[in-house]
Amino acid sequence: MVRINGNDVHCDGKKVIDYINEAGYDKTKIAIELNEDILPKAEYETTVLKDGDVVEVVSFVGGG
Amino acid sequence: MSTIPTKEEMYKAFEERHGKELQNKLLHTTVAICGLGGLGSNISVALTRLGVGKLIIIDFDKVDISNLHRQQYKASQVGMEKAVALKENLKEISPYIDVEPIVAKIDATNMDDLLSKADIVCEAFDNPQNKAMLVNYVLENMPDKYLVAASGMAGMDSVNMIKTRKIGKRFYLCGDGVNEVGKADGLFSTRVMACAAHEAHMVLRIISENFDV
Repeated sequence: MVRINGNDVHCDGKKVIDYINEAGYDKTKIAIELNEDILPKAEYETTVLKDGDVVEVVSFVGGG
Repeated sequence: MSTIPTKEEMYKAFEERHGKELQNKLLHTTVAICGLGGLGSNISVALTRLGVGKLIIIDFDKVDISNLHRQQYKASQVGMEKAVALKENLKEISPYIDVEPIVAKIDATNMDDLLSKADIVCEAFDNPQNKAMLVNYVLENMPDKYLVAASGMAGMDSVNMIKTRKIGKRFYLCGDGVNEVGKADGLFSTRVMACAAHEAHMVLRIISENFDV
């Protein structure tokens, strides 16, 4: 189980990029913290989610 | 016509309001504000009133009549570069603050230069891709800096939805997270100011070493 934005999600073993695409996020409008550290964009394709990971997907909307 | 207080008088007044120790920390902090629209201009005014020692204020754009409903510019400043106009306004509020205005579009090629002197970076852009670009770049490449960003402050919904959250060790996010310009009713000064106040207040908390929200 992976904790994503406060919810338990069954996506252990999945690549971050695949989770992001399936969940409908736009990669150009997000930042991801994995276990309290930034996950560099270049590592979305290679990072595999593990049981116990804590993920925060920060999604930016327009306005300022 | 009243005279402008001296530097000593201003600093004494700051110390009386905020306490000497905190004021000393504020005075020795440099904050970069990236984007000088509704968020950035209001953050800058709040930090100026707090007595932050140095502000680096960055925007490529000029003041437009359509900005006056929520941004800290005057009708007489339409057409001026925002960074230059805002410096003028901040110096009127507090003449001894050090303000470095930068007229530039921030991107990966100039971010190291523009932000190197800042202790704390405020993301105050309008466009979501630019917000994400700045946040990712700062968190990936500048591990010693604190970052305060914002997402979601458009529309007429309750201002009580706007919150500050701590996302990472040095990364804070303010806003309601959802209300996007275009989908909601546009931007209103009240709600944008509330979000800007959240960002500025988190900066104050970081300076005073209160790192939780």
